[in-house]
Amino acid sequence: MGPIDLQSVQKALDARVGKTQYVHLETTNGAYAAHREEGAMTVCAYIRNGRIEFERGTIVGDGPYRVGLKMQIGWVYAEGLTDYEVDEKGRLLMAGYDSEGRLAIALELSDEPFAM
Amino acid sequence: MERHVLVVFPHPDDETFGTGGTIAKFTKAGVPVTYACGTLGQMGRNMGKPFFATRETLSEVREKELRAACEALGITDLRLLGLRDKTIEFEDREVIAEQLLTIIEELNPSLIITHYPGYAVHPDHNALGAACVRAVEKMPVAKRPVVYGHAFSRNREDHIGSPDVMIDIREVAEIKLEAVRAHRSQSENVIARFEEALKNPEAVAQFGPSMFTESFYTMRFA
Repeated sequence: MGPIDLQSVQKALDARVGKTQYVHLETTNGAYAAHREEGAMTVCAYIRNGRIEFERGTIVGDGPYRVGLKMQIGWVYAEGLTDYEVDEKGRLLMAGYDSEGRLAIALELSDEPFAM
Repeated sequence: MERHVLVVFPHPDDETFGTGGTIAKFTKAGVPVTYACGTLGQMGRNMGKPFFATRETLSEVREKELRAACEALGITDLRLLGLRDKTIEFEDREVIAEQLLTIIEELNPSLIITHYPGYAVHPDHNALGAACVRAVEKMPVAKRPVVYGHAFSRNREDHIGSPDVMIDIREVAEIKLEAVRAHRSQSENVIARFEEALKNPEAVAQFGPSMFTESFYTMRFA
């Protein structure tokens, strides 16, 4: 994984338009957020292997970046993305890491289901 | 002297951060220790500093780190339960309890170490600890091993008092540190403070006492 290159990611999104995709979307502030800081709330959400098809996918921003996937009847959206790779399985992996190397958000697209 | 110790925690690194010193003391004394590890920490947020894992490679990275940490601690028997990080509380507790009971009956441990249900902060800790307690409850009273609960939630002292088992781990602190280092993806953020605490006992209060003492609650059964 390396810093997001806008054009490369846009190309990878365009290549997936109209194709069935498995999506992994998550955001988290860590399971110990409320334990470490009183008054803080631990939050996390993730969808693994949601099956979607989008008609338009766009990456925007100056870094960290935002990605929106427009589906026929809805949207998938992620903000705070910093790094990406198209891995050896052809999957588009995008993530937002903070300065400590901790993952804060991930948005991934694959032709095949992600491993469980 | 214990006959066999079974450690039951959900994540690679729980065995090291919470009980690494205690485990090292047992293995040094020749007591076999088995670690039944619930998940591969697939949903971990720490990925090294700077990060070197992705969401999709993290499980492989953490399994390797786990095996290295087990080696450092002297654990020769590692059982992977195949659950998925952050989902244990949504599984059928009875099914997991049965899975654990099978392992307990096979190994016949005299001591089990797990998380104290309700007082171990992470939902996976609480859920697997509860399943482990449930497994022991299924056993005839005379055959039950002793169970130590590891608790570290802020409210624990108010609710369940002070731990009754305190284990001085000074003599194996270096071994624990080696195991902490093995969990590189999880420890790179804290390793500097850990090493400082090891060199300077006055820094212990700031870091937390777990470098030199590990404490547990003996679980009571109905």
